[in-house]
Amino acid sequence: MTTRVPAMFVLIVGAGRVGSSVARSALAAGHEVSILDEDPLSHERLEVGLEGSWEDNGGRFTVGTGIEMEALTAAGIDQADVFIASTDGDNTNLTIAQIARKRYGVEHVIVRVLDPARSDWYAEKHGLNTVCPTKHAIQQFEQALVTAAG
Amino acid sequence: MYVVVTGGGKVGLNLARELIGNGHEVTLIEGWRPRYLRIEQELEHAVQYGDATELWVLERAGVQRADLVVAVTGDDEDNMLICQVAKEKYMCARIIARVNNPRNVQHFKLLGVQPAVSATDLILNLIEHDIPGHGLVHLLDLPDEQLEIIEVEVTEDAPAAGLRVADMELPEGSLVISVLCPGKPGFVPTADTVVNPGDEVLLVLDPGLEEQITMQFNPNGVRTGG
Repeated sequence: MTTRVPAMFVLIVGAGRVGSSVARSALAAGHEVSILDEDPLSHERLEVGLEGSWEDNGGRFTVGTGIEMEALTAAGIDQADVFIASTDGDNTNLTIAQIARKRYGVEHVIVRVLDPARSDWYAEKHGLNTVCPTKHAIQQFEQALVTAAG
Repeated sequence: MYVVVTGGGKVGLNLARELIGNGHEVTLIEGWRPRYLRIEQELEHAVQYGDATELWVLERAGVQRADLVVAVTGDDEDNMLICQVAKEKYMCARIIARVNNPRNVQHFKLLGVQPAVSATDLILNLIEHDIPGHGLVHLLDLPDEQLEIIEVEVTEDAPAAGLRVADMELPEGSLVISVLCPGKPGFVPTADTVVNPGDEVLLVLDPGLEEQITMQFNPNGVRTGG
């Protein structure tokens, strides 16, 4: 067996539809992936479409919330190169993203923010890499409307 | 003073009532519709409906001209972010945040949200304060100023017992600011004030001097608080 040096350690908090998909593709791309989610059921969602368990595929899973330091430590935040905050709550995501950046010095912090106004402000003011699904949805709706109008 | 209060629970509603009663202008923001409707019957135009973590809701409430924003919802993340944008985006002069879970106090500090008030910690401090012979009690921490005010009960075997304040071997960065003798009002001591066993002494300290102070006034005291 050859030892593969992982390209990056990716810590994802919140493995819903978005987080779990990103987790699987990051794992497939050869990264070390650790998931932190308060709901043990998310573990099952991670394994959808996988052969074998999440752990057998090399993934890590910790039950807990991103605002608990013990949970972040257990999930390996000290080694994290990339931190992804993708829970279903903007306020949780923005808080834990700042904790990852300011307390743990994680280099790349990517945070899901549904509210476009705060997505822009936190990107500009705090240098967070914000991803705003709402903005993408608005663009696609507008584009579809233009297409429909011919 | 114009005060924006977010969260219309027990804390927020009573705060709004008291502030209005004291002649201040108040806008209370409540995001749960049934509760908002109930409060609106009493406070009328002084309450607004909406999620106070949304910028437009804060702006609609006039956060730009607020002298003070008080975030007292039941959610610590909400309280942190409301205060953070009030301070950094709207340049609000003063913010006060409620901490629901005392373990989150450190996160409020990290995000620059100060003061952050934890009812649990306040009650805990009072409990420690009420237990006699308990050594040193933190009365007030001023993290920005790097100072703290502590209280310590003077025991019989204390090196400082029976000494004038001027003769005490106190570490640099500490100052006795008040002496409380049982049954008498507290007073501000002079260099000649003699401190006796059973007195309680208030000191202002640089952080980190607690051990040395305990050694001087209450050598067997169990260190608590802080």
